[in-house]
Amino acid sequence: MSASPEPLSARATSRTEDRLFTVDLAGPWRLDQDTPRWATTLGPVAPAGVSLRADGVTHWDTSLVAFLGEAQRWCAEAGIACDVSLLPEKMRRLSSQFEGSMQTCGKDPHSTSLVVEVGLSTRYLGRQARTFLGFVGDFWIDTTRIVSGRAGIRWRDCLSEAQKCGAMALPIVSLISFLVGVTLAYSGSIVLKRFGGEIWVADLIGVAMTREMGALMAAIVLSGRTGAAFAAEIGSMKVNEEIDALATLGISPVRFLVVPRVLALGLMMPLLAIYANCLGILGGMAVAYANLDIPPAAYWVEMLTIVTLPDVAVGLIKAVVFGLIVGLSGCLRGLESDRNASGVGSAATSAVVTAILLIIVADAIFAVLFNALGM
Amino acid sequence: MSAVPAIEATGLQCNYDDNVILADVTFSVRPAEIFFIIGGSGCGKTTLLRNLVGLERPVRGEVRFNGRSFTGADTASRREMLKTFGMLFQSGALWSSLTLAENVGLPLEEYTRLPPDEVRNIAAFKLAQVGLAGFEEHYPSEISGGMRKRAGLARALALDPAIVFFDEPSAGLDPVTARNLDELIVQVRDTFGTTIVIVSHDVDSISGIADRLIMLDRDQHGIIAAGRPAELLKDPPSPKLVEFLTRRTIHPV
Repeated sequence: MSASPEPLSARATSRTEDRLFTVDLAGPWRLDQDTPRWATTLGPVAPAGVSLRADGVTHWDTSLVAFLGEAQRWCAEAGIACDVSLLPEKMRRLSSQFEGSMQTCGKDPHSTSLVVEVGLSTRYLGRQARTFLGFVGDFWIDTTRIVSGRAGIRWRDCLSEAQKCGAMALPIVSLISFLVGVTLAYSGSIVLKRFGGEIWVADLIGVAMTREMGALMAAIVLSGRTGAAFAAEIGSMKVNEEIDALATLGISPVRFLVVPRVLALGLMMPLLAIYANCLGILGGMAVAYANLDIPPAAYWVEMLTIVTLPDVAVGLIKAVVFGLIVGLSGCLRGLESDRNASGVGSAATSAVVTAILLIIVADAIFAVLFNALGM
Repeated sequence: MSAVPAIEATGLQCNYDDNVILADVTFSVRPAEIFFIIGGSGCGKTTLLRNLVGLERPVRGEVRFNGRSFTGADTASRREMLKTFGMLFQSGALWSSLTLAENVGLPLEEYTRLPPDEVRNIAAFKLAQVGLAGFEEHYPSEISGGMRKRAGLARALALDPAIVFFDEPSAGLDPVTARNLDELIVQVRDTFGTTIVIVSHDVDSISGIADRLIMLDRDQHGIIAAGRPAELLKDPPSPKLVEFLTRRTIHPV
């Protein structure tokens, strides 16, 4: 032990004799404190040889190893001799390991050219389409087997899912549908007032809610609420190898997990749509009464002159299809999820995005179809 | 012995919800020692470890590191002390959205003022030390379970910690990989004088690398044996320890 007091920080003092660059390292070398770096110690000199000493070092960790390793790497690249014989054996071993790791440092396997990236994405899209079709096919086969009595289904699961996605969604569906009715009534009345036809706000709300908005709003709420939950739940089951456990028992994950959920949604969605229709009409009625002085009875009678049973049926058909879309996309994304935490997160996100996208596409197709059918 | 123990636990009571898992646990770990916490399933090994590293707070008792109280420390000194720990979780617990180099580099970025290229070099060095040279840019999902565990060790070693805790390091590894990890642990201790605390029920590891151990018991809610493995086997304080270490049942179930 040297008698001199320990310097407060790490130091690297250098001198050049006969073009031999000698570096004396001293003091405590700690990662969490500022330590000298090889590049700054070297400066602009171009030595013919380097000698490293660490006699004055009182404490050291990886920061010192990094300094020595970088020095050795620099010498190797410059093709000059690096004398480390005066260093303790442990330092020598670790610093040469450090130098080695700087050399072997792997290239990023992810950065690829644009052409490769486009090719990979195309192949990925193809695979996605195939998975989706396969999944819908599996769902169809399992459902027909259940309906024809050739396979069982856990009705308890189906009921509890129906409760979760149906009854428990009532508060949020109520609020949103009522407010949609209110908004429609306000914006409708701006135009209708000009013609003195405020009463027709009842017709507007009635048709819009039953044919379109009831089913659509319920579906959008459920895709955020239930579709994402399906994806996250099934995704975590995949992380826990629960899906694999089903598969090794020969139980189809689609029959066991997907069919009960999708059926529950398919059954609950029309009920929620009817409920949403009622709340939306109520919202319109409230605005009509408060703002346009139309009594509820008049509003009701006026609405019945235009809203017919086929209008309600159109809404219900859409609701069933939207329900199936939300359920299927949630379950599909869950089953496709990566086996890690971020995989489950992106599965939930992509379930919502897929569901809303497909709902809008389906709605557009329905519009064309019902128009052609004269409904 | 005059040296201050690296870890000192006195009268620890650890609960899980409202159940008492460990009632009164007292032990100390010497610097640069490989110390095992062993015991059957459900005896509270992992609970004890989580209390030691501050993931849970003990109901009673105190934990001291190098003579400084950890359980009674304020937030700033707790953070200061946490910097001197490394922990390897059972699954490796790598952050899945970061590459291996980023996983190892994150503690360095958080606690040091090193420039980015130096952080990268050190991360590559730590990964090379655990045999993962060339995998710096891989994501955890792209490597095997054993590699993930080694990468977890590289991350635990990033700040050259004084103490490294291991939760079941050999769980889920094949015997050869598990022995390699044991060698790595000994190497870490020999190189930097790191204190190692291992929760395990891998008998080969225990007989291979343990300096001292404590055995916890579910029924006693505490320690039933403490000492060097060889001495404990010569003069066992409890038949359960012999059962455990020799893998033979003395009392039929």
